[in-house]
Amino acid sequence: MAIEWETVIGLEIHAQLATRSKIFSGSATAYGAMPNVQANLVDLGYPGVLPVLNGEAVRMAVRFGLAINATVARRSVFARKNYFYPDLPKGYQISQYERPIVEDGEVEIVLEDGSRKAIGVTRAHLEEDAGKSIHEGLGGSSGIDLNRAGTPLLEIVSEPDLRSAREAIAYMKKIHTLVRYLEICDGNMQEGSFRCDANVSVRHRGRHEFGTRCEIKNLNSFRFVERAINYEVARQIELIEGGGSVVQETRLYDPDRHETRSMRSKEEANDYRYFPDPDLLPLALDEAFIEAVRGTLPELPDAKAARFAREHGLSAYDAGVLTASRELAAYYEEVAAGAGGEWKLAANWVMGELSGFLNRDGLEIGGSPVSAAALAGLLRRIQDGTISGKIAKDVFEAMWTERRDADSIIDTRGLRQITDTSAIEKAIAGVMAANPAQLADYRAGKDKLFGFFVGQVMKATGGKANPAQVNELLRKMLAG
Amino acid sequence: MNPHHATAAELGRGLRTRQYSSVEVTRFFLDRIHEANGALNAFITVTAERALADAARADAMIARGEGGPLAGVPLAHKDIFCTDGVLTSCGSKMLANFVAPYDATVVERLTAAGMVLLGKTNMDEFAMGSSNETSHYGPVRNPWDGSKVPGGSSGGSAAAVAARLAPVATGTDTGGSIRQPAALTGLTGLKPTYGRVSRYGMIAFASSLDQAGVLAQSAEDAALVLRAMAGFDERDSTSVDAAVPDYAAGLDRSVRGLRIGIIREFFGEGLESGTGAAVRAAIDAFRAMGAELVDVSLPSLPMSVPTYYVVAPAECSSNLSRFDGVRFGHRCRDPKDLTDLYQRTRGEGFGAEVKRRIMTGTYVLSAGYYDAYYLKAQKVRSLINADFSRAFASVDVLMGPTTPTPAFDLGAKTGDPITMYLNDIYTIGANLAGLPAISVPCGLVDGLPVGLQIIGPHFSEERVLAAAHAWQRETDWHRRLPPLYA
Repeated sequence: MAIEWETVIGLEIHAQLATRSKIFSGSATAYGAMPNVQANLVDLGYPGVLPVLNGEAVRMAVRFGLAINATVARRSVFARKNYFYPDLPKGYQISQYERPIVEDGEVEIVLEDGSRKAIGVTRAHLEEDAGKSIHEGLGGSSGIDLNRAGTPLLEIVSEPDLRSAREAIAYMKKIHTLVRYLEICDGNMQEGSFRCDANVSVRHRGRHEFGTRCEIKNLNSFRFVERAINYEVARQIELIEGGGSVVQETRLYDPDRHETRSMRSKEEANDYRYFPDPDLLPLALDEAFIEAVRGTLPELPDAKAARFAREHGLSAYDAGVLTASRELAAYYEEVAAGAGGEWKLAANWVMGELSGFLNRDGLEIGGSPVSAAALAGLLRRIQDGTISGKIAKDVFEAMWTERRDADSIIDTRGLRQITDTSAIEKAIAGVMAANPAQLADYRAGKDKLFGFFVGQVMKATGGKANPAQVNELLRKMLAG
Repeated sequence: MNPHHATAAELGRGLRTRQYSSVEVTRFFLDRIHEANGALNAFITVTAERALADAARADAMIARGEGGPLAGVPLAHKDIFCTDGVLTSCGSKMLANFVAPYDATVVERLTAAGMVLLGKTNMDEFAMGSSNETSHYGPVRNPWDGSKVPGGSSGGSAAAVAARLAPVATGTDTGGSIRQPAALTGLTGLKPTYGRVSRYGMIAFASSLDQAGVLAQSAEDAALVLRAMAGFDERDSTSVDAAVPDYAAGLDRSVRGLRIGIIREFFGEGLESGTGAAVRAAIDAFRAMGAELVDVSLPSLPMSVPTYYVVAPAECSSNLSRFDGVRFGHRCRDPKDLTDLYQRTRGEGFGAEVKRRIMTGTYVLSAGYYDAYYLKAQKVRSLINADFSRAFASVDVLMGPTTPTPAFDLGAKTGDPITMYLNDIYTIGANLAGLPAISVPCGLVDGLPVGLQIIGPHFSEERVLAAAHAWQRETDWHRRLPPLYA
C-alpha cells in the first residue's frame, strides 16, 4: 500500500505598506520613478545620518494586528540584520526580530467543500526593504536603484497550518483582501507590493513531527505560489521515496521553467548578527493609541459577508464573492440601495453581467464604465416593468460601450416595454390571422403550439411586449 | 591684541564691545595655526576662506546689534562632524576623499550662533583610540611636551585649544574621548548626558555611547557652547526633548552644601601617585569651599572596561559596514568581483585598530557567542547603571581622577592595545550610564597637566558646570598655557 503524504506549509508574506514616505526617512515611496531619485542621504546610508521611524507605518501595522485579533505589543524593538550587499546601503537592514509589533493572530479561510479553517499568524513585524540590483542592460556591469531602499514592509508570518497549495492560496488571498480593506497595502503583486516566501515540507500522514523544510523565495503571484508549492511537494516526495532525504535550504522559483532550484544551503546561510538598533528607541505604544486605531478600523470582510448573508438573504458563497474586495462590496451595496433594496437582483447582476464584462476587459471594479448608480438605474427599469430582464442585458452592453445611462439607451433605441393591452391584443390578432393552420391545430388540442404563438407575438412587437401580459392575453384570445 | 589669552566668553565680550572685529580675531588664529600646525598636526583641514567669510558675516551681525555671546568667536570642529562642502575624513583613509554634502546638527547650530569655522581637527581613526595615534593623518603632539600624546580620540581638538590655535573646539566622547584628552592637555572637557546633543551628522562609532561635547578653556566656555549646540533634534530619535537651560547663568551657584561622592574604585592600583595627589587636593579644596565629602563605592564599575570593549566594538562592527566602496569614500582599484571589492576596499581603507574592533564586534555578535558576550555585557551595563543610580540617591556629584596618569610618550602603548584601553578606565563608566561628566585641570605633574573628573546624574550639566566653575574661580590651572605656546 502506498504511503499517504501530508504537506505542511507556512507562508511569509511581505506587504509593502502604503505610506507616502519611507519607514525611516522622508523620501517618497511612489513606484516607477527614475532610478535613485527617491533616495536621500538617509536611504543612501551616508556617514552620520540616522533613522527616524514613520508613525504612519506603525499605525498601519497596528491596524493589521487588530484586524486579525492579534496581540499588539506595547513594546517592540527594531534590530539590525547585518549582511553585505550593494543594494543594502548601510550594510544592515532594520527589522524587528525578537520583539515584533504584532504577535499571535488568526485568520479564517474557506475550503473547497465550504468548511472553514483557522490559520494562525505567528507574528507580523515592521522592516525596511532593500534596494534593487539591476544586472541587465548595463553592458556587463551591475547597477543599483535605491528608490525601494527603506520602503516600509510588514512581514506576516503564518504558523505551519496550511496543508495544500490550495489552502496556501486561500490564506494568501485572505491576507491580500484584508490588507486592502485596511488600506495599508495596495496589493499590487506585479509591482512587488505583495509577495511571499513559502516554507514547504512533507511528512507521512499521522506523523506528529515535521519533515525537513525548504524555503521557496520570491513568489509574486498566486499562480506561482500554487505551482511552486506543487512542484516542491512532488520533488520532496520523489526524493524521499527514492531513498534520499530533503536538505534544509533556500530555493528559488523559476516561473519560466515552473521549477524550484537550490539557492543556498543551511550551511551557507548568513550569520546576520542581529542586535537591537541603538539608533532607535524601543517602540512603546499605549492603550489610548491602540484604541484610537481600533476606532478607525473599517467593517472587515468576514463581518461584512456575515451581514450580507444575514440581512440581505444572500448565500454564504455569494456573500463571500461580493466581499472579496472592499470596492466590490461597496459597489454592490450602492447598486442594491439604488434599486430599492433588491439585494438578490443586485447581487446577481454584480456577480453576473458586471463581473463578466470586467473580466473580459481586464478591469478592476474601480475602472468599470458602468457606475453603481447607473447599474441601479437599469435595475429600476426592470422592476418597474419598463424593460424585461432579457432586454436589460442588451441595455447593459450598450451602457458599457457607450457609457450612457439606461434611460437614454432605452429611449433612443425604443426599447420601452409594450404594456398597452390594446396594442398587444392587436398584435395577437395579427398573428392569429396570419397563422390559421396553427390556430386550428391549437384549438384541436395541440397545446404545445402555445409557445409558437408567444414567439410570434414577441417577434411582431420587436421583443418589447410585456411577457406576462402576452401570456395572459394570448391564452384568452387563442381560447376564442 | 592677544586673543590667545582670552577665553571664548571673553572674546565674545570683546567682539560685542568692538575691541576687535571677528575678521581680526580670525586672522590671528589662522596665523597661529599656520605657524604651529606643522609641529602639532592638530588640524586635518584648515578652512581659511570660509573662516574669513564667516567672520565678515559675524561682524555684520554684531554691527546690527544681533548675535549672542558666541557671535564671531572662532572654533574648530572634530573631523567626525559632517560639514557641508568640507572634507570630513573621520581620521580615516576610508573617508580621505569624502566631502560631506550636509551639515551635522552640531555644525548647523554653532554656525547659526555666529561661530567661525577655522577648520577640522585630527582624531583617532573613527574615534577609536586614546592617543590620537591611530589617525590616517598621523599622530597629534601634546603642546605641553611634543614627545607626549595629547590623548584621544579628540586629540586634534585638544591640542588645538591647548596651544590656543582655536579658542574652543568640539569633540565627541564614546569612552572618554573628550575628557581624557582634556585632562592630558590642561583643558576643560565636557561630555553631556547621552541624548542632550543631537548625533545627526556625527559619524557613528558606537551609537549607544557616542555623545558630542566641548573642549574649552573654562567651564564658562563649555557652558556657552553647550547651550548653543544642545537640544532636541527630530532627526535623531535618541535626542531628548527637554528644555536647554541657560548653563552660563547657573554657573555661580555655590558649592556650599554640595554632597560630593568620592569614588573609592578610582583611587586604587594603577593610579599614578602625582595624579592621585593632585586630584585628592582638589577634592579637599571643595570641602574648604563648604562641600560635604562622602566615600562612595560603585562595585560594578571595575567591569566597565571589558563591558565597553564588547558593546562598543559590537556597534561599530555594524556602523562601519556602510563603508563598502560602493557609494562614497575609498574604493580599491579594479575590483575583480563583489567580494574582492569589499575585501580590498575595507582592507586598504581601515587601519589596524579599526579592523581589530570590527573583528571583535563581529565575533561578539555571532551566533553562539551573542549570549556569552553581547548580552552579558548589556547585563553588566545595567549593573553599572544601577551603581550610579544608587550613588546619586545620596550624593549630588561624583568626583575622581579623569585618567590614571598624565600624558604618556608617543608610541609607548601602541604595541599593547590592553594597556591603551586601560587609559579610559575612569571615563568609560559615564558613557555606559549616559551621564554628564567634565574634566577640569587640577594640577601639573612634572610639567604635564592632570584632570579632576566630575560626574553628575542625567541632565545635571548645570550642577556639574557650576562645580567646575567654582573650582576655576579658586584656581588658575585652567589659565595656564603650555610654555611653548604662551
